Amino acid sequence: MSPDINPFDPGAPLEPLPGHSSRGRLERVLRRGEFAVTAELNPPDSANPQDVYERAAIFDGWVDGINAVDASGANCHMSSVGICALLTRMGYAPIMQIACRDKNRIAIQGDVLGASAMGVQNIMCLTGDGVQAGDQPGAKPVFDLDCMSLLETVRIMRDNSKFLSGRKLTTPPQVFLGAAINPFAPPYDFRPYRLAKKIEAGAQFVQSQYCFDVPMFREYMKKVRDLGLHEKCYILVGVGPMASAKTARWIRSNVPGIHIPDSVITRLEGAQDQKKEGKQLCIDIINEVKEIEGVSGIHVMAYRQEEYVAEIVHESGVLKGRRPWKHETLPADAVVAERLEHIREGKEENQQQMAEAAAHHQH
Amino acid sequence: MADAKPPGEPKIMKGNAAPAAKAATGAFTPSGVSPSRRSRHKYTVRLWAVRNSRFLEWFYNRFADLFLLLHPLWNAIGYGRVERPVTFVERHVKGFLFDCRMCGQCALSSTGMSCPMNCPKQLRNGPCGGVRANGNCEVEPDMPCVWVQAWKGSQNMEKGNAIMNVQKPVNQSLRETSSWLRVTAEAAARREAASKEGQA
Repeated sequence: MSPDINPFDPGAPLEPLPGHSSRGRLERVLRRGEFAVTAELNPPDSANPQDVYERAAIFDGWVDGINAVDASGANCHMSSVGICALLTRMGYAPIMQIACRDKNRIAIQGDVLGASAMGVQNIMCLTGDGVQAGDQPGAKPVFDLDCMSLLETVRIMRDNSKFLSGRKLTTPPQVFLGAAINPFAPPYDFRPYRLAKKIEAGAQFVQSQYCFDVPMFREYMKKVRDLGLHEKCYILVGVGPMASAKTARWIRSNVPGIHIPDSVITRLEGAQDQKKEGKQLCIDIINEVKEIEGVSGIHVMAYRQEEYVAEIVHESGVLKGRRPWKHETLPADAVVAERLEHIREGKEENQQQMAEAAAHHQH
Repeated sequence: MADAKPPGEPKIMKGNAAPAAKAATGAFTPSGVSPSRRSRHKYTVRLWAVRNSRFLEWFYNRFADLFLLLHPLWNAIGYGRVERPVTFVERHVKGFLFDCRMCGQCALSSTGMSCPMNCPKQLRNGPCGGVRANGNCEVEPDMPCVWVQAWKGSQNMEKGNAIMNVQKPVNQSLRETSSWLRVTAEAAARREAASKEGQA
């Protein structure tokens, strides 16, 4: 059983620990120096909470955090605040993504407070894809803040207990702050400095874009280590299985910011079972990147292949036998059940039989 | 939502991001439309400014000194009264050189003389993750990414390191006002405060 549970209520925050900025599981795992695994929940296009629970249950016992995406790719889905509110009820550790595309600073600061009140411990600050990438290209792009000023805004709310305007908060949101990095897009030599900027603005962990080009990532990490950034921030590498060479090609030309080298596509094309090969490729990449100094975990993005996350994590062996939190009965509940059993003294009392006996009892 | 793209080099319609998706909405979509205003079809002058960022930095420093020297004059006429003519000149000069959007809080010195407000996401702190492999913008496929240019420009500048500063969110209430006058007024106020401190 995971040590990071609240013994009284699975949905409640954990005991605060010194030096921790949140009361969540992900921060504890990372600060203990364990290799963290996070995954991305495919947000439902529905108003049914059961859909969220089902999609989260796939990751049970395999991940330390679940990303709730905020209309990724500018496609509309259930909001990240809503998903996070549902997940925290069940005891999951969601990572709430906030994209600057759809909300201005007033809405965002309100959402941060609301989410934190609902028990969200991790917030990930993103710029967001442009509206042209999604299914509603006629929408107004807001982009009031950018990812950097968003990070700073939430950090100010947490550390200074203030809104951007300077107005006081009575209880600050205690959150672990995340950001995204993409080492695979130009200007390549600026990217490590941009990470430095994000750390300065408040990032405590970062998740990278899909990594398919390990040599390129290695080069990036070398520079990151030279700047000493890996000691100030936990770096989680984004990985994921490709369903086929055709999907890989489509993603390469249609999804902004994903760099897939030709060698990956050739490898997928050459395989008998492309789906299986895609999974194997993902595991191979994990095995390569986990050895790179400064990498603290992986972020598995298996869009529409969520059922493979457990296999990928298991087969790559990154957890080293550790079992992340799983939705299960609390130890306190087990104690109560045992005590009740003890009180009953092994007697089975059937209400119907007892009523029957009472009815035929001669007075 | 997929754009129908011929195999090989994807066809790019000028300034029209995701043309197929837009056409699918049923509206008439001329080429060269985007949610971010496009004032010009070519980026020649903007790119020239980035290439000559060092010269422009030198020039601006002299220019700012001159403006500060003229502070008593601005003060005599009244900052409020010179605002309109100065804004007019600033809009046209910077509009020509940098495709300036008159955000009123110029960051050109810290962005390698590449105006960050031309970014469709109006990022003021660095490039997003969507920059194309050829260094063009994710949203506007034919536009060189503002931040790829900014990084290039800052490399040439003496104080190019300013690109590492975390910029505050844009104060939207300062739009369409003169950044030159604001900088001058602030510098003058700082100078006065310093001299007062020196006397005390």
